[in-house]
Amino acid sequence: MSMELDVFVGNTTVLDEDVYQLWLDGQTVTDAVRIRIEAGALQECEANAEVLLSDTMDQFRTFQMCERLLQSPSKVANQLLFQIPPHRQTMLIERYYEFDSMFAREVLGKKLSKGTKKDLDDIGSKTGIVLKSCRRQFDNFKRVFKVVEELKGPLVENIQRHFLLSDVLARDYAAIVFFANSRFETGKRKLQYLSFQDFAFCAGQLISYWTVGAVDNVVENMDVDLEKEFLHDLKDLKVLVNDKDMLDQHKSLVCAQLRGKIKVFSEMEASFKNLSRALVNIASKLTHTKDVRDLFIDLVEKFIEPCRSDKWTIGDLRLFLTHYSSSVHTLEAFRRQVIWDRYMGVIKSCILKMYHD
Amino acid sequence: MPGKLKAKIVAGRHLPVMDRASDLTDAFVEVKFGNTTFKTDVYPKSLNPQWNSEWFKFEVDDEDLQDEPLQITVLDHDTYSANDAIGKVYIDIDPLLCSEAATVISGWLPIYDTIHGIRGEINVLVKVDLFNDLNRFRQSSCGVKFFCTTSIPRCYRAVMVHGFVEELVVNEDPEYQWIDRIRTPRASNEARQRLIFLMSGELQRKIGLKVLEMGGNAVVGYLQCFDLEGETGLVVRAIGTACTLEKISTLPATATHPSNSSPSKDMKEPGFGEEAPGVPLSSGPPTPLRAQTFSSFSPSKSYSRQSSSSDTELSLTPKTGMGSGGSAGKEAGPLKALLRQQTQSALEQREYPFFTLTAFPPGFLLHVGGVVSARSVKLLDRIHNPDEPETRDAWWEEIRQEIKSHAKALGCHAVVGYSESTSICEEVCILSASGTAAILSSRFMQDGSLDTEHRFEEVVPPGCGFCHIPYDELNIPFPAQLTYCYCCRRYKVPDVLFTTIDLPTEANVTGKGCLIQARLCRTKKKAQGEGNATAISNLLPFLEYELHTQLMNKLKLRGMNALFGLRIQISVGETMLLGLASATGVYLTALPSPGGIQVAGKTPSDITYEQHISNMQKKINDTISKNKELHEINPPEVVEEIIGSPIPEPRQRSRLFRSHSESSDEVSELDLSHGKKDAFVLEIDDTDAVEDIHALLTDSPTPAGFYSCNTEIMPGIQNWTSAIQMFTSVRVFRLNANLTNQGLNKIFSDLCENLLKSLYFKLRSMVPCCLCHLNFTVAIPEDELIQVAVTAVAMSFDKEQSLENGKQSGEKTLIKAITENDEQLQFNLELNAETSSPNPLSSPKGLSEVGSHPSARDRCSSWIEQLKLKAHTIRRGSVKTTSSLEKASPLPEGRSRSLRSNRSYSGSSVAVVKMTPLSFIPGAKIIKYLGIINMFFIRETTSLREEGGVSGFLHTFIAEVFAMVRAHVAALGGNAVVSYSMKECVFMENPNKNQAQCLINVSGDAVIFIQESELESTSVQTQSATTHTSNGGEGT
Repeated sequence: MSMELDVFVGNTTVLDEDVYQLWLDGQTVTDAVRIRIEAGALQECEANAEVLLSDTMDQFRTFQMCERLLQSPSKVANQLLFQIPPHRQTMLIERYYEFDSMFAREVLGKKLSKGTKKDLDDIGSKTGIVLKSCRRQFDNFKRVFKVVEELKGPLVENIQRHFLLSDVLARDYAAIVFFANSRFETGKRKLQYLSFQDFAFCAGQLISYWTVGAVDNVVENMDVDLEKEFLHDLKDLKVLVNDKDMLDQHKSLVCAQLRGKIKVFSEMEASFKNLSRALVNIASKLTHTKDVRDLFIDLVEKFIEPCRSDKWTIGDLRLFLTHYSSSVHTLEAFRRQVIWDRYMGVIKSCILKMYHD
Repeated sequence: MPGKLKAKIVAGRHLPVMDRASDLTDAFVEVKFGNTTFKTDVYPKSLNPQWNSEWFKFEVDDEDLQDEPLQITVLDHDTYSANDAIGKVYIDIDPLLCSEAATVISGWLPIYDTIHGIRGEINVLVKVDLFNDLNRFRQSSCGVKFFCTTSIPRCYRAVMVHGFVEELVVNEDPEYQWIDRIRTPRASNEARQRLIFLMSGELQRKIGLKVLEMGGNAVVGYLQCFDLEGETGLVVRAIGTACTLEKISTLPATATHPSNSSPSKDMKEPGFGEEAPGVPLSSGPPTPLRAQTFSSFSPSKSYSRQSSSSDTELSLTPKTGMGSGGSAGKEAGPLKALLRQQTQSALEQREYPFFTLTAFPPGFLLHVGGVVSARSVKLLDRIHNPDEPETRDAWWEEIRQEIKSHAKALGCHAVVGYSESTSICEEVCILSASGTAAILSSRFMQDGSLDTEHRFEEVVPPGCGFCHIPYDELNIPFPAQLTYCYCCRRYKVPDVLFTTIDLPTEANVTGKGCLIQARLCRTKKKAQGEGNATAISNLLPFLEYELHTQLMNKLKLRGMNALFGLRIQISVGETMLLGLASATGVYLTALPSPGGIQVAGKTPSDITYEQHISNMQKKINDTISKNKELHEINPPEVVEEIIGSPIPEPRQRSRLFRSHSESSDEVSELDLSHGKKDAFVLEIDDTDAVEDIHALLTDSPTPAGFYSCNTEIMPGIQNWTSAIQMFTSVRVFRLNANLTNQGLNKIFSDLCENLLKSLYFKLRSMVPCCLCHLNFTVAIPEDELIQVAVTAVAMSFDKEQSLENGKQSGEKTLIKAITENDEQLQFNLELNAETSSPNPLSSPKGLSEVGSHPSARDRCSSWIEQLKLKAHTIRRGSVKTTSSLEKASPLPEGRSRSLRSNRSYSGSSVAVVKMTPLSFIPGAKIIKYLGIINMFFIRETTSLREEGGVSGFLHTFIAEVFAMVRAHVAALGGNAVVSYSMKECVFMENPNKNQAQCLINVSGDAVIFIQESELESTSVQTQSATTHTSNGGEGT
């Protein structure tokens, strides 16, 4: 004896947000029922386990039927199969595209390909996220990537337009797309301490200031790639470390400004040339794709780690970077002020974001 | 050339990929009507083609216009092989044939394929130019309006109610034709869909002709059914009530009839009249009545005229041609009697004085006798000549004659709330008909004998009139316990009343009602042909009898005394019979308070046994008092003046209710031996009774915040919010072989109970809410399977406002509440609730008080409106958002039209279409009926597992059906479907072959409604918009 068939269809599609979350989390029906019981669902409306099972199955089925639509969110609003009020549509889409930052952190910078998809098992066991959920998140990344990859115009807006996501979520996706496209190295052990949000912030900075779209607001421009011309120009910054006079002058300017203002003054004075050389070298190497990928590991190894071992505080670091960057303006022999500012603005905010334990 | 049909194919969207290589589709469209076909150009390589075709014009007879659907087929062009069909759209153009309905069909319609389901959408424009045809012998009946609604539609007034119309057409079922062996399932399904479309068109046209013949212009309560007889054919039959309707001029009328939306509000009006109780509406001595079911069974094919005994001709008074002229309301007794006789004769002239209506214009329904029903078991044989479906007609004729004679036996001249149904298993078919015997007022049935003005001036009967017995007290055809009416104290009323109609709006009810179900399973031996039919015939009386006992017991257990909307469904399978009786129980103030249930044992010597019995008694008593509390039944204390000796004697044993469904002649004998008693005694000396009691107590009460009923409205709840949720739920349960009757009963009962529980749980976010029009249908799709399908609507209401009586202080409190902050508001509401709860609306006096200050009430309700919003904000954010959303939906016709047409091209969001099985939409006013929606779909799959198993398959299909109904309604320019019902849901599966098939038939009335809150502000706009569109309609 068994229930052969059990369906419930409302004219307005009935959606339970809690059950939706369980479904998104990749839970099986059995687990979902258990979790709901633990959450006290049986107290509601004199339910019993049977009722809960039936409800959960039905909801899961509904979500599964909606999934096809959610994969192209623009269809959700003008499809006829499910009558869903607009605010619920927004909720469905937003939640479907939400992801675990733990998961995103693992995938960040990796090629969104079949090969990576095979690694989802490992990521799942590492992060404790159910494989099914990992797959959905990965497929979402891939889908968004594929759609916006070739599109002209601002990345975030493109994502928002095609996937109807909130601004915050669209920015996160922009970061993921950006990282996947440029394949930044994020997996090294030394980078493990950085969270998804750290990288997402950096990506935002890079997108806003270093891409073609950043300087030129013409719609045809693309946001996904760094501006080649700018990267080429960065070579000219080398003079700051190669010209000994200029380096000394720069150092004395910075020291004059910071004397008595930072605790690690002597350490700074001692390592100034090394630090400056590190930042300028990173800049000048960015013409090579390989070095672009290593941007973050380079920043950590060549700049952040030395500072950390000298026990710089974040305040010290901020002061240093501010004056390091601004005092270049007073170097009369230096001509690439604009390039410098564009470079240092991003580097400074990235370093500050990344400078933590 | 009486008509020109024009169609234009605009665009498609979301088409499926038909060419794997390019991931695109080369789509074109064939538009077919009758034998004429047009094609659009191929729109290459697109999933969103823009055909923008010319107008395809079909010049056709209006007969064809009524019968044929417009068939649109979307295909994928293929240069080398045959073009692949993507899917089809059938458009019923009937709504365009009526000047008062829709003028154009325009919008996105789902493209449907019977194998793949919905595959994209197509945007079409359809119009009809109709030329007047004055030919008297015409075969068409264009212009007759059809309504599924079983009451006078909201924006119409009944000038005349002509009476019963019926028709049936038969054909061979394409699925069983020889050609089916060689054609694809798709071709077979499409042939079937098309045939049924044609047949229902033809049926509607024929019924329309009958209506025109009778001088009517509309069919109300139109009920169309399919009998899939299998080998022997396909029967499409319909019944309805012919009426002459007059449109109420839309807006000025609204001022005088403030709210048509919630019928319960009308309830106060009757109490208004000073003549309130006891207007002598019936002539002759008051007579007793009682709930009554007759049943008769004609074994297999031979029709026994056993019922003819009661078929005595009532003496006909010569019809007075002049009518009664003047003021019917102020007439004296004799004239009344004359009137009644006139009615009677008017009805006598009709073959069947039947009415499919379940709710009536005020003053139409005078007295109710009780339920009458008839069933017969038939063996299906091949229909030899489809043009002369004599046998099927004859079968129904027999049944109707029987019903008619039963009604006569109850002293009634009419049957209301009438319906017919069948259950088929192999070659056996059970035909059932049931209704409520009643006496009707003549005022809607006289040909022009009364001025329209007077018709409406007539005094509305008080809330107890319909309970007064219509039959002769001294000549009761069955046992009944009569008392003087508890309202007017003048006329006799029965102790219990069963009916198939909705609760009359004027009825005085104590407390709230609830859904009451009796469920029964009986095993039966497998048999063939005549033997099988006889076996079923023999089982039926027992089944029906037990269903009645169960209903009666459950009614008592809830402390109630009347059932409304009673629907008994008997379903036949190869090895069992299923019976499901659903009704809404209420406590009618006019009827006596029901006695309790007394348990009695046979062997009182045994102490443990005695204890067992007293335990059980205690349980029952507890349940009764709990139920009374739950349903707020606390009738006013009255001096007992029951005729006879009313005091219940505990030892007195009676099996009264066991005699209920016995045929009339047996019953009267039984009655004599029992005398009067108050408490119903249950003997538990046999296992059956023990089982009965257990069954009684297993029904779990509805969870807090929920009410349920199978009628249109729930007494005691008036303040519906606009949040409604229509739903369909289907369950199929597989049984083990070799179950006993008891085992089966328990499984079946649990199945229904669990289904209800699941519904409550699913809809918990709508609390406080009422599940209205809970319509259960059971079927035995194959051996060892039980299928239960439910369609209903959940409607939220505001608890705080239901307390009418607390309004003296209420108004002040409410006003204050709005100005105060939220916290205080809640306190006030509680206070309000406290002051008023001890005196619920019980006395008719209280009602008239409320009713006599309509202006004050209106003012109050507008405060309440604001308060409602506030209350929502406090409690649940979710509700607040929904209600604001409802407001955002496009409302006035003019506006929604323009919005829609803008939308269809920009392709943004989809217009909301509400669906409800009720005839109204809470908080809204229906301003236009656009025509009937009657759709039939078949869905088949050969990849059941891939579609998520049977549940996934059916879930998708039902969602698709809803989507198609909504799309067609929106294309007609509507924003809701009322009186929606799913009349057929036939599901067959073969999991081993990975196959399943399902047929669904749905119907309803497409309407345009506007929210009452927006009514005032938009009234001027709407009016201009309506006139504008109608002008536009004429112009085209």
